[in-house]
Order: sequence, then C-alpha cells, then structure tokens
Amino acid sequence: MSGYTAAILTILAINLIAAYAAWLPLAAGQVNLGTAGFMATGAYASAVLSNEFDWPLWGAIGAGALAAGLLAVVIGAAVLRTRGLYLALATLAFNEVVRGVLINLEVVGGAAGYPVIGYVGLLPIALCAGGVFLLALWLSASRLGMTLHAIEQDETMSGLFGVHVPLTQLAAFAIGAVLAGLAGGLYGHHFSFVEGQHFSVLLSVTIVLSVVLGGTQTVWGPAIGAAFFTLLPELFRGAEGWRYVLFAAAVILVMAVRPQGVVTRGMLRRAMFPRRRAA
Amino acid sequence: MLEQQIVNGLMLGGIYVLVAVSFTLFFGCLNFLNFSVPALFMLGGFLTWALVSEGVPWPLAVLGALAVAGAASLVVERLTWRIQRGGPPLVPLVSSLGFLILFENLVLVRWGSDARALPSPFGDANWRIGELVIGLPQLAGLLLSITLVLGLQVMLRRSKLGRGIRAVAESAETATMLGVEVNRVVPRLFLLAGLFCALAGVLFALSYQLVSPYMGDQVALKGLSAMVLGGMGNVWGAVIGGLVIGLVEVLAIGILSADHVNIVVYGILLLILVVRPTGLFGDPELGKQKL
Repeated sequence: MSGYTAAILTILAINLIAAYAAWLPLAAGQVNLGTAGFMATGAYASAVLSNEFDWPLWGAIGAGALAAGLLAVVIGAAVLRTRGLYLALATLAFNEVVRGVLINLEVVGGAAGYPVIGYVGLLPIALCAGGVFLLALWLSASRLGMTLHAIEQDETMSGLFGVHVPLTQLAAFAIGAVLAGLAGGLYGHHFSFVEGQHFSVLLSVTIVLSVVLGGTQTVWGPAIGAAFFTLLPELFRGAEGWRYVLFAAAVILVMAVRPQGVVTRGMLRRAMFPRRRAA
Repeated sequence: MLEQQIVNGLMLGGIYVLVAVSFTLFFGCLNFLNFSVPALFMLGGFLTWALVSEGVPWPLAVLGALAVAGAASLVVERLTWRIQRGGPPLVPLVSSLGFLILFENLVLVRWGSDARALPSPFGDANWRIGELVIGLPQLAGLLLSITLVLGLQVMLRRSKLGRGIRAVAESAETATMLGVEVNRVVPRLFLLAGLFCALAGVLFALSYQLVSPYMGDQVALKGLSAMVLGGMGNVWGAVIGGLVIGLVEVLAIGILSADHVNIVVYGILLLILVVRPTGLFGDPELGKQKL
C-alpha cells in the first residue's frame, strides 16, 4: 500500500469514529456542535498522559476518551435542558471555549501546538474504527438504540411511556463524547502533534452534517457520510484549486436528489427483502 | 480608555446586529439555520474590494457586491428551502454548508486566500471629542444598521410582504391555503436577509479595511451568538444581543488580550444558555423545534 493510500485510509478511519460520535446524540434528535471540542479534550488529555506521565499508549488514549466522556456528563447535565437551536449553540459555545482555553494554555504549547510522544499506525486505528462500527451496530439494535429513536420521533410521548428522557439523552451525549475523545486521541498519536486550531466549530459542523448527508436513520449513514466527506475531495485532487468547488457542488447535488440522506431505512429494507414486481 | 472601547464595541456590534437579524429572518420565519450566511457576508465585503481594485468607484462597487450576494442568496433558496421543505429539518443545513464551501472556494480560485487591504474611501474622517475618536464611517454604519432594523420592523408589521412573511412563519401550509404565494414570499425573504448580511460585510470591509475569503466565518458565529443571546423571534433581541457581543468582545481585547476573546464571548453565551435556556428576551416557544 502506498503511503498516500495509507494516509487517506487513516484519516477516513478517524473521521468514521468522529461521525459515529456525532450520530449517537443525533439519533436522539440532538445536534451536538461540540464534537470537535470533545475530540480536542481526548487528544490533549491523552497527549499529556503520554508526554508528562509516561503512560502506556493505549492507557493514555483510553483515559483521554474517558476524560472526554466525563466532561460530557458535566457539560451535558447543564446544557441538555436547552432544545433545538439553543442546544446546538450551547454546544458550539462549549467548542469555542475549549479551543480558546487550549490555544492559551502554555503548558500544552499554546497556539504553537503540542508534540505528542508515541505513535499509532493505520492498522490499530482501522481496528478501532471497525470496533466503533460494531458497537454502533449493536447499540442501534439494543434497547438504548430503540429508546433513542423513540425520543427522536416524539420526546413527550416517550416520556409518557416510561422512558427517562433526560438520562437517555445524557447517555447518548456522553457515549458520543467518549468516541470523539477516542478519535482525538488516535489523531494526536498518529500525527504526533495536536493544535487547538484544528478542532474548530467548522470541524464539528462538518462532522454533524456529513452524518446527515449519509443519513441518520440507519447505522450505515455515518460511514457513508464520512467516506463521502473524506474521499470525494481526494478524488477531485486533480482539479487543484477547483477541488472544493466540485466537492461543494456534489454535496448540494446529493442533498437535492436524496433529501433524506444517502442511506434510508426504506432503501435497506428493499435491498434485504426484494419484492418481485407483479407481472 | 474605557469610553473609547465602548464606542468601538458599539460600532462592531452594529455589524453583528445586521448578521443576527439576517439569521433571525431565516430561522424565525423558516426554521432554517442558514450556513451560507458567512459566505454572503464575505461576498459583500470581498467583492467590494475586488471591484474597487478594478477601478470601479466605491458606491458602484458596493452596489455590485450587494447585487451579486443577493443573487447568490436566491440561488441558495432554489436549491435548499424550495426543494427540501417539509423534509427532515437538518437537510437544508447540509446544502447551505455546501454553498458556504462553494462560494468561499470560488472566491479562492479567482483571488487566492490572502487577506487584502481596502483603501478607505473616506480618508481620515474622524470625529474627535476630547480624547475620544469616533470614526465617521463606522458611526454612519451603526446608524444605518439601526435604521434598517427599524425599517424592517415596520415592514414586517405593515406591508403586504411583511404580512406574508409572518404568515409563512406561522405555517407555510396554512399560508398557502389563505392565498399567500409562498414561492414568491420566500425568495423575497432570502433576498432581504441575504442583503442584510452582505451589507454587514460591506460595512465590515469599509470600517476595518481588510477582506479575505474566510472573513465571514468568525463574524457569522458571533452574529449567530447575538441572535441566540437576545432570544429568537425578536428583532430587538437581535439588536441588543449584537451590541452586547460587540461590547464584550472589544472590552475582552482591551482588558485581557486578543487571545482570550473567544473564551469570554462564548463562555458568557454558554453561561446564559445554561441559566436561561431560551436566551435573554426570547419567545420561549421559538427555536425549540427540532433542528
């Protein structure tokens, strides 16, 4: 495998994990525009553990992911009272605060960025992405997945049927943040460098909207969305400056043709149980 | 000097007010968080520079930039709201993000990514009161913002288009049944809101004399914050939110440093949303719908 292919596949695997991080709260109808903030938390926490405390690689990455999850429980308890656009903006504000703090924190290099000791190659990252996909597959068929879907459809009704709505939403938010923290930790340890600027609101927005493009109804959507947003700009690389113009046109076109997302529930059903057309 | 910073903050706030009002029009009336707003802002400011640098006199350059941005907003309407309404509410957001990438990169292909300096057409037009320096173009911009917002308020209340917009905001289906031509009202709303944020871009370019393809990103986030801070469905909320964010930003630069601005501005926004989950003056029913 050429270095170029390996590099693209690594980024794809990390973006895939980030996409599932955004998908979990989205499946419960919450738009979390703080995903990049949780990635930054995982990236910096694991980097500090690797650099300053000589933690073993996977211990540091795992602890970084858990740190992001813990932060999500604290933040989520405060902001999940808000709804709709207010929630999106509260998480966006959280993202900017995290980025602002990291850029100003001189112990982790400030705006100049922070080199990370330790290296993770493509294979372990790809295995992690596969594991996250299996987890998502299992979650979507589990009680939690069904509850999330019920909340997304009708919050009040789910509550009446005995679902503990705030707790379920907090769980989705926090598990999502753990995945985001994992993506961040892998990112930092693969590129051996993290900087606050990378984890911008625009990254969060792009992650969430790539999931919408793929389709939020099924577990396949985030994977398709991440692949679309990672691979398409590479396909257009030959177009040089026009690359992102073509990519943007493709995004607009896909959403015009498939406004429910690329993969929908009905489409999967038709693929699995093809019906013979009446003669 | 505190007075000077308050003056500067209010001037900057005037620009955020226009962006916030633009977001409010899209969101309050159509429940559409339009991510192409930063691009329309940038088109207003950047094309003013581009036309001036081609030798076009600046009033014409401003009109040209506004015309292009308005047309761009109409294209956004055609390919987002028009074809995706009634579907999942997040879908038009993806397309509008597509337009943000599209417009920014079209400008990038033609003019490159460097920030460009726009010479001030007014020279050194400052008004000095003791030690206080008030830039006249900025002051005119602030007054223009407030006047336009007032005009918009009157227009929404009195005119036929305003009544149509408010009817669509209640329910597009009911409005159609009552004889409102939704497909005529909504493009005009896009044109109006697009022109508001493009004008904000023009004022930004004329006041700070610097444009770049990405100039809209941070400003639009602040404008969006201003809308949410003030509370949605309330033009005055947007005005107060815009001025407050402008003041907080300039004071944070003055008292702390430029690096701490985002922590302070977004920290306050986060705090307010935690304490008052519908913003300061918001209609509690608006903005809680599913995104």
